[in-house]
Parts: sequence; structure tokens; C-alpha cells
Amino acid sequence: MDLRYGPAYESFRAELRAFLASHRSEAPRDSGGLGVLSDTKLAPWQRLLIERGYAARTTPKEYGGGGFAPDPLIAAIIAEEFRAAGVPGPASGQGIDMLVPTLLEHGSDEQKRRWIPPTVRAELIWCQGYSEPGAGSDLASLATVGRVEGDTVVVNGQKIWTSTAHAAQMMFGLVRTEPEAKKHAGISYLLIPMDTPGIEVRPLRTMTGHAEFNEVFFTDVRVPLANLVGRRGEGWKIANTTLRHERDMLGSASTSEGLFHGLVKTLTEERADGRRVLEDPALRDQLAAIQARTLAMRCHAMRLLTARVRGESAGVAALVTKLNGCQLNHDLAGLALDGMGEAGTLSRESARVRDGGRWLFHWMFQLGLVIGGGTAQIQKNIISERGLGMPREPRA
Amino acid sequence: VRFGLSDEQRLLEESVRRFLAERLPIARVRELRDAGGAFDRDAWKELAALGVVGCLVPEEFGGAGLGVLEAAVIATALGHGAAPLPFLGPCVMAPLLLRELGSREQQASWLPRLASGEARIAVAAAERVERRQDAGVRESGGRLDGIALFVIDGPSADAFLVPAGDDLWLVPRGAPGLEALALPTLDATRPLAELRFRSVEPAERLGAPGAAGAALDHVIDVARALLAADLLGCCDRSLELAVAYAMQRRQFERPIASFQAVKHLCAEMAAQIEPARALVWYAAHAFDALPEEAALDAALAKSHLAEVATFVVRTATEVHGGIGFTDAYDLHFWFKRAALARQLLGGPALLRARAAALQGWAA
Repeated sequence: MDLRYGPAYESFRAELRAFLASHRSEAPRDSGGLGVLSDTKLAPWQRLLIERGYAARTTPKEYGGGGFAPDPLIAAIIAEEFRAAGVPGPASGQGIDMLVPTLLEHGSDEQKRRWIPPTVRAELIWCQGYSEPGAGSDLASLATVGRVEGDTVVVNGQKIWTSTAHAAQMMFGLVRTEPEAKKHAGISYLLIPMDTPGIEVRPLRTMTGHAEFNEVFFTDVRVPLANLVGRRGEGWKIANTTLRHERDMLGSASTSEGLFHGLVKTLTEERADGRRVLEDPALRDQLAAIQARTLAMRCHAMRLLTARVRGESAGVAALVTKLNGCQLNHDLAGLALDGMGEAGTLSRESARVRDGGRWLFHWMFQLGLVIGGGTAQIQKNIISERGLGMPREPRA
Repeated sequence: VRFGLSDEQRLLEESVRRFLAERLPIARVRELRDAGGAFDRDAWKELAALGVVGCLVPEEFGGAGLGVLEAAVIATALGHGAAPLPFLGPCVMAPLLLRELGSREQQASWLPRLASGEARIAVAAAERVERRQDAGVRESGGRLDGIALFVIDGPSADAFLVPAGDDLWLVPRGAPGLEALALPTLDATRPLAELRFRSVEPAERLGAPGAAGAALDHVIDVARALLAADLLGCCDRSLELAVAYAMQRRQFERPIASFQAVKHLCAEMAAQIEPARALVWYAAHAFDALPEEAALDAALAKSHLAEVATFVVRTATEVHGGIGFTDAYDLHFWFKRAALARQLLGGPALLRARAAALQGWAA
């Protein structure tokens, strides 16, 4: 056990700290995540971060990145320091976090050259077209058709729960190109320009009150066959690469730590009968309990980081992050609401609302993440089958 | 950065596990229980020969000179085996107290014998955490009176370290006026003792008068981290048993391991155990490298592992169905070991209150 990073890493950290101190005024309000990337500061900020090696660091130079070898410790230091400085970090989102690694693994050279550079510069926003009304947890049953006609794929069908589709210029999605093939073998991975005629995006308001995701309808949408990633019928295999990246993105320990620090602050500042609510022993008990869960997830993340650095498998431990992390984040927000009592339920429009109602938003938004990216129940199937070696449920 | 166990530490855990599987398999644990919690002296001597007993004794006194993380690795293996062997008293709390408070002479006299397993000292620490029933030991005029309860590893000890206020006294088992009784709990694998003092003259004092308080609290914190490690071992073994049973038990013409209702219970256990494992390592490592936060980490780790283990041993029992509720099946050894460890040296609510106080959350 050695929690020190060593001199080379510490000097990288010191350099990054100095950079953050002198450039923080250039940062945008937010660096994206699953939200909408509309801040005009975002793209210049991202270009600066790429130039300095703090964003798209491991993306090859020819595709607009830094060309550095992957180093999980450097990645961890970058995440830690941006969070500690309270400065939005490298742009994130489904394009950067999910599509880019997938293209690097499966894309043609031309696809990489064309799509990766604007994506890592945060100029090109992507959405993920996987789920359909009839294909949720059973994603491979998807029915959106991509009929191949010469050098064109003609797409008809519907996607749903499509985050950021209203702001995205591109979609990476799954369509059925081989109607004769078996369920999993008939799917292809397609890059679809969202301004193609025949695409209609209808925002879906979530329980948070925001339109965070959408329905997307396709009517005879003509997409160049050159936008197909990998070979026809390989889409399922390729999508699984993307899903793996998504599961690592959701449930990260630094999100939980950020929420925990905010929770302590809220319970310290909030008063009931003129006393800090933190002085309620029952609430303190729950706060210490959730602190232990948060610390456990931080330690868990360091353990997985070590396994990555050493190229070792973390076994079943690597499969439990999303299930635990999303539930923890939902619970952290829930405890803040309990600490605020009725005041926690005030809507954004109320003059009495605290912090713009962010705890109420987090509480509901995090519940969405418990479901999105593979429901908690699907996660449990994965943990028990791949992690514990238990058999699949026989098909009915 | 390297977060996790080194190859040596993994090997240590593996060797203790193998020793227990060969020397104290659960059938033998059952025999010892049926014999009224008998102490297996031969197994103890062999454990000492492995270097495990003297893990925290410095090398200059014949020990292995290892750290708290190594002790935690051993504790996890002992929990995994539900080993009815002393550990927290003679291998952890007593050597640490001697290291921190003992004179050079006391160290030279006791530490080599602790490391070799020849002497066993238990520490009457429970009342330092909270007094229950009529417990409490007072010192007056160089004599000890009162009662100490829940002395971990007490029945097999031949001497006791007994706090009275901020003094710490060493009392041999045969001291006139001292009565040491077994205090049976649901867990036959971790024998506890009750000590009754009637004007007992202690053999010696550890540390200067009134100076033992901080060392005692520190050693109790270490023991909490190691109880968390032991609970982790209980969790691991319970999940192993549950998965293995679900794979071979058939109902509705198929293994029950293929039912999502059963698989999800097992997945939930694994999902709670893995982050808890990292927390245990971290809390133990804190005593070796991050002393300023070690007390807090120990409180968080032990309270959290108590909750995780309570969930895991209960859920593992449910996965087994009726057989899990029988005495003939082995699972209850871990159910009971976890139930006692949960309460020892502070239950989860007490430890969460301590964590809150350590961070200044309380008024």
C-alpha cells in the first residue's frame, strides 16, 4: 500500500495547479457531462486544455489529442485537481467519453480523422441512439431498421431516452441492417448527422422538470454507408465497448465526494429552531453512515485505479461501481433533503429556495442514473453472471 | 500509487487461510465448540510458528515486526475461517500497549514470550468504551476492585491488562482475589471472559501514573479496524457458501442460482463487500501511514463493516433457505461471529457518534 504518487507525478500536479490558478477566469461554468453544452467559453477552454495536455490527453495526435500513453495516475491527478480547484475540467459527454474510445478501437482511419478531432475539441456534440420503446434492458431486440441501398443506409424507426439529442449534431446509434440474421447478429453501429431530413426530435421532460432527454423519430433518413462503424452486423459487439465506457463514467467516486462535501455544508448551515440541523444526533448518525459509504467508494476507486495501472483484473470489484455509486449519490441528495425538511422540497420558482434547488434536482437526477446506462437490475445480472459465475436465467 | 495488498500481503492471507483450512477446518471448529469452547493449544503453537502470533511484535523482540495492514490481512483470514484462536488480545492489543507504554524491562520480559505464543495477555478494554451492567474496575491504595466484562480472548489468557481510570495494570491470572470466568456468547469461536476483582494487588503498572489513556484509546481503535477486517472475512466466506449452495441446489428443475431473485441477492452482497474491502485496507493502512486520520477511519470502517456484514450473513442465510437455519450446516458460525464482532468495542451507532465527534459535528 502506497498512496504517494512520487516526484514525477507531483511535479505534474504542481504544474497543473499553477495552470488552474492563472487560467481559472477563462473556464466555462460547466464542462458538459450529460447536460447541454452551450457555453461559448467551452470550446476555447477545451482547446487550451488539449494544448496543455489536460484534455484528450491519450487521444493520438493525428486525431487532435495529446498523443500521450494512457496513464491512469495522470488521469486521476487531472480529475482531482480540477475538482479541488472548483474549475470545470476537460469537456465530457457521450461523444468524448463513449464514442471516441469506441471509434479508436473499431473505426476506420477515415472515420477517426473525420470525427474524433472536432469531438475532442467539444465542437461536435453527440447523442447515443440505443434505447427504443420496445428495447430497453433487452437492447438487442431493437427494431429501428437501417436498410442498405447501394452506398446509403435508409433509417426508419424510433429511439427514446436520448440524452442531449436536442443539442447534438450527431448521433451514434444502433440500427438493424440484417433483418434475416439472428437478434444480436443483425445490428450495425451507425453515425447519423442529426440535421438529415426525416429526423424529428421531441424533448421528453423528466421528473426533474428539465427536458434532459428526447424521443427521436426517423422517417426514410438517408445516411452514407461510410458512416457505418466496423462491419455490418458487428454493431452489438461494438456497442458493448461503448457501454463499458459508460458504466465507468457513471457512479464515479469524485461525484460522490463532491456531493458529500456539499451535504456537510448544507447540514452545517441549515437551521431548525435556531440550531444547526447537524446537532440532531439522528441526522449525524446518518451522515457518518453515508460518509463511510462515500469513503469506501473512494478507496474502491483507488483500488480499481491500481489494477488499471498494473494491468491486473480487479475481478468482481470492477463490476460493482455503477450499482453502488449511483445509489449512493441518490442517497446523499436524499439526506440533504431530510436535513432541510419542508424547505428541501421548495421548487426553483420559490423565493425561499436554497441553492437554486440543487439537492432536489440531484435527488431526482441521480435516480435517473440508477436506471440509465443499464438499470440496477441489469447491473446485478452482470455482477452475478460475470463476477460470481452464476448461470443466466433460462429463456422462457 | 499502489492501493491494495502487496504480493507478500496476499501470500500472508493465503498462508493463514491454508493453515486454517488444513489445521482448523470448520468440522474441527465445531468439535471445539461442542467441547465447550476448548482452546486448541497445538493449533496455537503452529500459528505462532507461522509468525502470525508475533506479527506486531518488533523484530528485536523476536516478532515479525509487521504493520497494522498485515494484521488486518491476518484478521480477514481468521474471520474467513471462523478461527477459534486468540488474536486481538495477545497478538494485537497487548503487544501494542507494551510497545507504547511498557518500560524497556517490561518489553524485554513480555514481548518475546508474546511473539512465541508462550504467554497470552488479554486486555480488559470494554469499559474504556462503555460500561454495561455492574462493570467497572477501580484502583485504590494499589488494589483493584470491581468487574471487567467482555474481555476478548480472556479465557485462554494467562495475564490481563486492566485499565482503571487512566492507569493500566498487569494482573496475572492466578493473582489472589481475581476470578476469571468464561462469559459465553452466541459466538463460540471468540471466547470472552468476565474478570472479578476483590482487592487484587496488580503485579505491575504499564506507563507512568495516569498516562495510559491515550495509548489505550489508540489500541482500541486499532482493534476496531481489525474487527472490521475480521467481519470482511465473515462476509467473504458467507458469500462463497451462498453462491456454492445456489449452484448445486435444484428447484423447479434447475439450479436456484439461475433465478434472478437468488442471483440478485448474491450480486447485492458482492456489491457491498468489494468497496468495504477497500475501506478495511485503507483504515488499517492509516495506522501505518496516516496517523492523523486513523481513529476516524477505524470508526467509519468498523461501523460500516458491521452493517455490511449484518446484511451479508442474513442474506446468505436466506439464499440457503431452511438448511441455512440448521445447526448441522456451517453457515451460522459466521452469522454468529459477525453478530458478536458487530458489538465488540463499540457498536455501529456508538462508532458513528465517535466519528461525528472526531470531526466536530457535535455541539
